[in-house]
Amino acid sequence: MEARENVFDFLEGYDLLGAFWVTVQLTLLSAVGSLVWGTVLTAMRVGPVPLLRGFATGYVNVVRNIPLTVIILFASLGLSQTLGVTLGGGDNFDTINFRLAVLGLVAYTSAFVCEALRAGINTVPVGQAEAARALGLSFTQVLSLVVLPQAFRAVVGPMANVLIALTKNTTVAAAIGVAEAATLMKEMVENEAQLILISAVFAFGFVCLTLPTGMVLGWVGKKVAVKR
Amino acid sequence: MSSVLYDAQGPRAKQRNVLFTGVFLVAAAALLWWVFSSLSDKGQLDWEKWKPFVGTEAWTTYVLPGLENTLIAAGVAMLIALPLGAVLGIARLSDHRWVRVPAGMLVEFFRAIPVLILMIFGLALYSEYSNVGSDDRPLYAVITGLVLYNASVLAEIVRAGILSLPKGQTEAAHAIGLRKTQTMVSILLPQAVTAMLPAIVSQLVVIVKDTALGGAVLTFPELLASANTMSAYYGANTIASFTVVAVIFVALNFSLTTFAGWLEKRLRSRKKSSGAVLSADDAAAQGAPGAGTGATL
Repeated sequence: MEARENVFDFLEGYDLLGAFWVTVQLTLLSAVGSLVWGTVLTAMRVGPVPLLRGFATGYVNVVRNIPLTVIILFASLGLSQTLGVTLGGGDNFDTINFRLAVLGLVAYTSAFVCEALRAGINTVPVGQAEAARALGLSFTQVLSLVVLPQAFRAVVGPMANVLIALTKNTTVAAAIGVAEAATLMKEMVENEAQLILISAVFAFGFVCLTLPTGMVLGWVGKKVAVKR
Repeated sequence: MSSVLYDAQGPRAKQRNVLFTGVFLVAAAALLWWVFSSLSDKGQLDWEKWKPFVGTEAWTTYVLPGLENTLIAAGVAMLIALPLGAVLGIARLSDHRWVRVPAGMLVEFFRAIPVLILMIFGLALYSEYSNVGSDDRPLYAVITGLVLYNASVLAEIVRAGILSLPKGQTEAAHAIGLRKTQTMVSILLPQAVTAMLPAIVSQLVVIVKDTALGGAVLTFPELLASANTMSAYYGANTIASFTVVAVIFVALNFSLTTFAGWLEKRLRSRKKSSGAVLSADDAAAQGAPGAGTGATL
């Protein structure tokens, strides 16, 4: 059959969906990790133990000001190659680098989760915490039963912004050779001629990942916000 | 708020504080000991590896030129992105649909795409369709990526700054017979700029951080890339080089963040302008739903 020249022929031989799937995996795993670690940091930061408070404040201030690229490269060169941390990846470098990238993304993003959550705690009226204390609840109970549930409902919007930024930040994992979207794009751009088309495909992929996240979570945020 | 969350500490709570502090200290000490012992096993703490940073050679040959490139890329990107962002932001507020809608689409599009993708695109673009020398291409590509992304973020900041002004300002301007352009240029923008200053300084932190991408992926010889060259030249002193570079980044960005905070406080207390003062977070929160910016992420 006389095959008509297909404009998308350049995609042949490249695992485009696979690369974006790695991006999605990086995003989801890091999102869960940074939500947990960010919440722990927030609890330390507003808690009664001075040393933990100082640690969390220092952590956030330092990590916020380091480029993510430095953190992820350091995870690879420092943690893995110098200190010999493999994160249970054995001697499979792809697995190790993927896990190191997740670790770096969690370390970085949790600082921003902590900031957003702290801002959320400030939106909870003082009377809520005072009432909870008047009932005799301890700090842990005040935080986990009364304040944080309301704070989480207030920060869905800002958290959506953090999640979108995280999605975009997963491309930094290209610096240590994780086979995600940006790595594939660099390879394709170097080997194929259709620069504009390739870029459009990748741009479209990221728009597909980020725009719905913003819209859905924006809607959810309005839905669950505590009306005051 | 923090003191509202727990009662004044009694003897038992104080005991518990001491316990938590102790446990944390032991865990931290164990971690530090592990790091230090593994580092010295690998010889990374040897004086040989750190000595270059005491002399001037490492600084004048590697660190300072790298820092210079970082600052040049960040500065030029900011200088181009700021006017472009202002134009886009104002265009998004236009009364004309054919100006407002394309500007909005442009802003939302470039905010939704990772800056690294834009940089890779820029690098390939310059090598295929321009006669920029191959040494300059990474710099051009980094600046292109940073401008495209940050102009659209700044556009949102400008828009939020103008929208934060009270409606009376526009109405009064129209009442004394100013045209739309005059209202924007001589009434709204000057007041909005003061309100936006802290957010703009915070955005500079983002730009400085993103230049490191150019070093890691595009072979742009900035500060982070200089750490790689150094550790190759001084016999694999990876830890020493990276520590120095990270400290410089933190110092630079921390002073910018502190300056932004000071500016915001000062502007808020001055109360001269009628508008609110925007921090980076406010600007992100007021931006249209969709692709967000996430403050200084």
